Amino acid sequence: MKILIVDDEKDVEILFRQKFRKEMKNDKLQLVFAFSGEEALEILGDTNPPSVMYMFSDINMPGMTGLELLSKVKHRFPDLKVSMISAYGDSENHEKAMNSGAQGFFTKPIDFESLKQEINSLL
Amino acid sequence: MNLFYIVTIIIAYYLTKSTLTYEVPAQWKNPLRWMMISAIVLLTLNTVSLLHNGLHKILSLSMVAGMIFVIFKYPELKRGRPMVYAWLPVIILWLLDSLIAYFLPATYNSWEDYLDVAMVFAFIWAVSLWVVNNRQKKALEIEKVKSLEKEQEFKATSAMKAALEVQVNDRTAALTKQKNELQRTLNELKSAQNQLIHAEKMASLGELTAGIAHEIQNPLNFVNNFSEVSNELLDEMNEEIEKGDLEEAKAIARDIKVNLEKIAHHGKRADAIVKGMLMHSRNNAAQQSPTDLNALADEYLRLSYHGLRAKDKSFNANFKADLAADLPKANVVPQDIGRVLLNLINNAFYAVNECAKQYREAGKEGYAPMVVVASSIIKDKGIDKAKIIVADNAVGIPNAVQSKIFQPFFTTKPTGEGTGLGLSLSYDIIKTHGGELLVDNHAGKDNPAIDERTPVTNKGTVFIIILPFENTVSLPNKTAAAPNKRTKNTRLEDFKNKPK
Repeated sequence: MKILIVDDEKDVEILFRQKFRKEMKNDKLQLVFAFSGEEALEILGDTNPPSVMYMFSDINMPGMTGLELLSKVKHRFPDLKVSMISAYGDSENHEKAMNSGAQGFFTKPIDFESLKQEINSLL
Repeated sequence: MNLFYIVTIIIAYYLTKSTLTYEVPAQWKNPLRWMMISAIVLLTLNTVSLLHNGLHKILSLSMVAGMIFVIFKYPELKRGRPMVYAWLPVIILWLLDSLIAYFLPATYNSWEDYLDVAMVFAFIWAVSLWVVNNRQKKALEIEKVKSLEKEQEFKATSAMKAALEVQVNDRTAALTKQKNELQRTLNELKSAQNQLIHAEKMASLGELTAGIAHEIQNPLNFVNNFSEVSNELLDEMNEEIEKGDLEEAKAIARDIKVNLEKIAHHGKRADAIVKGMLMHSRNNAAQQSPTDLNALADEYLRLSYHGLRAKDKSFNANFKADLAADLPKANVVPQDIGRVLLNLINNAFYAVNECAKQYREAGKEGYAPMVVVASSIIKDKGIDKAKIIVADNAVGIPNAVQSKIFQPFFTTKPTGEGTGLGLSLSYDIIKTHGGELLVDNHAGKDNPAIDERTPVTNKGTVFIIILPFENTVSLPNKTAAAPNKRTKNTRLEDFKNKPK
């Protein structure tokens, strides 16, 4: 299963790769990273359904924000599961994300236990 | 004997007459008057021959003798002495004449002519002395009057002088009071200024807080998760060692090492943010130190962006840092320059956000908010200087407003949104560092924030900071510098298009 992670912080890649090293080792999981909303849209491409099964996106990014990305992605790929990860755990962001069709909402620092549960439910 | 009465009357009258310079002695007023009246009465009686001739002679003689006696006896009557001198020859001659006529009637006839002549001379003497005396008296009187007048004049001048002195004292007191009041007002204004500067600092700290929270959450996320994952990796490594797969164990150990470096890196990042926040709020610790302006610009660009994002959910903008990699460190007060950058960047984000709102409200498309912070080295009068620009692609600042934006309390923001002190303080800070803060609108290629997506009607704003790497202006202990004279951006041309 291919998962796309969108965050402007580059170290997120190392963190995720280590956290999911076992899953990646036995090819259960494939991780793809994008460092901006624009890059994420490029990776998702135009083919529907996309090769990516699940997208996790940061909200607070320069340029296109995670919420904008969410609505664009949901518009283009209504079936793609998207969850938001943000340092802002406030209800306004949460509500907006849920209203735009987000699957879940994770706050930073990321609780990988719940994140893994979410992913495992799909595996 | 009538002559003696007449002389008595003349002298008495003379003494009873007051002039400007002569006052009749009070105790002599009545005696003199009585003497005069009795002389007149006796004279009248004699004329009508009512009295015995002999008695009459004795009376008149004693009267004139008494007169002469009191004049010489009492100094207060010495005014009468010249009169006595004038009439004395006449009196003596008359007396002599009478005595000779009485005792020596035989020789009287042969002497009579001489006596008459002497009498005439005596009369002439008396009259001329009287006249001379009078004239002298008059001249003296005029002199006296003059000196009196002078004295009065002097008195009047002194009085005027005293009055003037009092007035001068009053005025001096009033002016001193006014000066003290002004001084107090000045002191109050100075303390108010300091309070405002502090309030402005606190306000910008408030703007920063949300950005700081976000900026700390991110490194904390890495610190927590990298330490957690390292823990897991250690377990895995132990498993691999037990299995005997040393290669895999080594690979895991390398990962752990990377993770620990990441933890340290992000720990420091959080530390720097907190330190920066403390420095920002500190009141009087203006210490110059070699500062990486690029790092400062980058840090405040992020803090500003995240701060605004946290405050306003609808806010969004693209930003770019275009920093010259070879920019040397500049000797500045980092928190002060940080405040300037924060201020300019906040303003830029505010401007593009307002512009984006207007587009949204008008239902128009085609505006992509953009803020650019760029640094470069320029040559100014042969000296290398740092040039930092903060540019946006919003509508720009009208020319009429440009000359006012560095004035204290000037703000284009709605009431309550801006203190109007940010740019004014920024200007002062840059001036204290021996630099320049300039503003300009430049559509097109001059403004790096303007790209092909910016509508042509947007002029954009560019703020330009010119900073010497070594500050030649002596820096006061605090940044609350005396407000500098606002110069218009006349030197802007000097700094444009002049990369090293």
